[in-house]
Amino acid sequence: MTATNHRWREAKNVCMQTLALVCAALVVLPLLLIFFHLVSLGASSINWTFFTQLPKPVGEIGGGMANAIVGTFTLILLASLLGVPVGVLGGIFLSEYTHRRLNWWIRFTADIINGVPSITWGMVVYALIVLPMKGFSALAGGMVLGLMMIPLILRTTEEVLQLVPSGYREAALALGIAQWRMITQIVVRTAMKGIVTGVLLALARVAGETAPLLFTAFGNAYWTHHLTEPIAALPLQIFNYAISPYDDWHRQAWAGALVLILLVSTINIGVRTLTRDRFSKRGA
Amino acid sequence: MLNPLVGQSEVGHLGDRAFKGLTLVMALSVFVLILLIGFELAHGSSLAIRQFGWHFLVSSEWDPVNEKFGALPFIFGTLVSSAIGLLLAVPLSIATAVYLTELAPLWIRQPLTLFIELLAAVPSVVLGLWGIFVMVPWLSQHLFPRLQQTLGFLPWFQGPIYGPSILAGGIIIAIMILPIITSVSREILRSVPGLQREAAYALGATRWEVTRIAVLSYAKKGLFGAVILGLGRALGETMAVTMVIGNSPQITKSLFAPGYTLASVVANEFSEATSETYLSALFEIGLVLLGVTVLVNGLAQLLLKTFAGPGVKPQN
Repeated sequence: MTATNHRWREAKNVCMQTLALVCAALVVLPLLLIFFHLVSLGASSINWTFFTQLPKPVGEIGGGMANAIVGTFTLILLASLLGVPVGVLGGIFLSEYTHRRLNWWIRFTADIINGVPSITWGMVVYALIVLPMKGFSALAGGMVLGLMMIPLILRTTEEVLQLVPSGYREAALALGIAQWRMITQIVVRTAMKGIVTGVLLALARVAGETAPLLFTAFGNAYWTHHLTEPIAALPLQIFNYAISPYDDWHRQAWAGALVLILLVSTINIGVRTLTRDRFSKRGA
Repeated sequence: MLNPLVGQSEVGHLGDRAFKGLTLVMALSVFVLILLIGFELAHGSSLAIRQFGWHFLVSSEWDPVNEKFGALPFIFGTLVSSAIGLLLAVPLSIATAVYLTELAPLWIRQPLTLFIELLAAVPSVVLGLWGIFVMVPWLSQHLFPRLQQTLGFLPWFQGPIYGPSILAGGIIIAIMILPIITSVSREILRSVPGLQREAAYALGATRWEVTRIAVLSYAKKGLFGAVILGLGRALGETMAVTMVIGNSPQITKSLFAPGYTLASVVANEFSEATSETYLSALFEIGLVLLGVTVLVNGLAQLLLKTFAGPGVKPQN
């Protein structure tokens, strides 16, 4: 009796372990399929023209996404000007000054803001910037991405600063250095690699955002000469081309998507492999 | 200044105060942000709220030409597609998290985790592109007809197959929320004390029994938090869903029929909204979306924070 019971438990054990393995494989499957199709459908359209030319008008074959690529980098730069200082300094406050209750609320609010759908961010900045300025603009696009970066960077900065051993802080203070110099010159410098990692991951995240740009940056078929004009962005261009009825635009959408995902995953893999040893908390 | 140290410490004090003040202001910006979001959306939708009142939430008429606006089809589409997404994603991601923390050989854990992080990093619009041109054709040619054959007696799987549909939207949502539920669940399971497991092993439990008795039941609350967090993401998911759900404001029983979500209608119609009432109605849809996601996310954060303290990171 006990022998059969034991065999039954063993069988169940093997069964559940296999099931978990199958589930893990199913989770990875979409990623593999997406990469496979991006490469097989997009790679052939990536050439010199793609990176150097403007989009061609409807009906003409060819052209590229040069303005969208430059646009995405412009937007990311603008976003960083807003998101990085606010996020990093806010993260310093959370980690270095302990006001238990206040810090709890700041963390809680930051996490809630992180979950706010990106499309609603677009509406907010539309009301805040686009309506008063009477037009879509690169500034509005940069601002919406910058606002979205704040809670992300705030939380990652706090987290890496807390990994700095408190002995460093005590040693610095014992030498008579002012607290703010201890923070900026010892703590932040020690954790610099981790802070940069957090910033880069936040950049990678907002670089792929489309929804908040729909009615802020809006997109542009030409070069943007001034930050108060609408600006093209890679995700926007991919979206517009994907829902268009033209085969040549579909081809370019695949190429654009391949470029975008290469950009995003290079940053992701890069920073994660570079900083793995130091900032992973409990090993694998 | 006879004693140089005095001057230095005064400068230090001033610097300390200024620096602390500066970081405090930056940290407080999160409160400003949340108030700003709420205020702008409420302000933008005030016209629609005055005009339609509560009727807005229960009316299923969406007719911009005649200025009649009701959000019910979008609320319906959002809820149904998110429910499908959760139904598919929750078992898969929790099983994967279990595999990653309890069962997988050590060498496989890190690459698999990296893969899941990469899936999380796939931009929504790229997933949508793949959805339009690869997934939807495959679904409408292979999976949907087969579903209709085997489960066609249920009302959900009846009616014509178009391709873009609520079910396709739900599947895309599942793919989008798989990585977040997996990685948060993984953090939760990792924070289960090793003693729990050892105690169960000492009683002679098999690996699965250890997982079930000692790990999963211990982590129940945290895993529930992870699922709710996934729900929050599902409700607000915009681009990928917009590209595969068909964008037609209707309430049907069939999951093969096209639908529309709160986020998609804003994405599609906001920049074309010609009248003030139309724009205001879209703002109100944004307000509904914000309200629901803030509530859901707040609940998720509370569950996660009370489960594991600040150690479990709810992001990425």
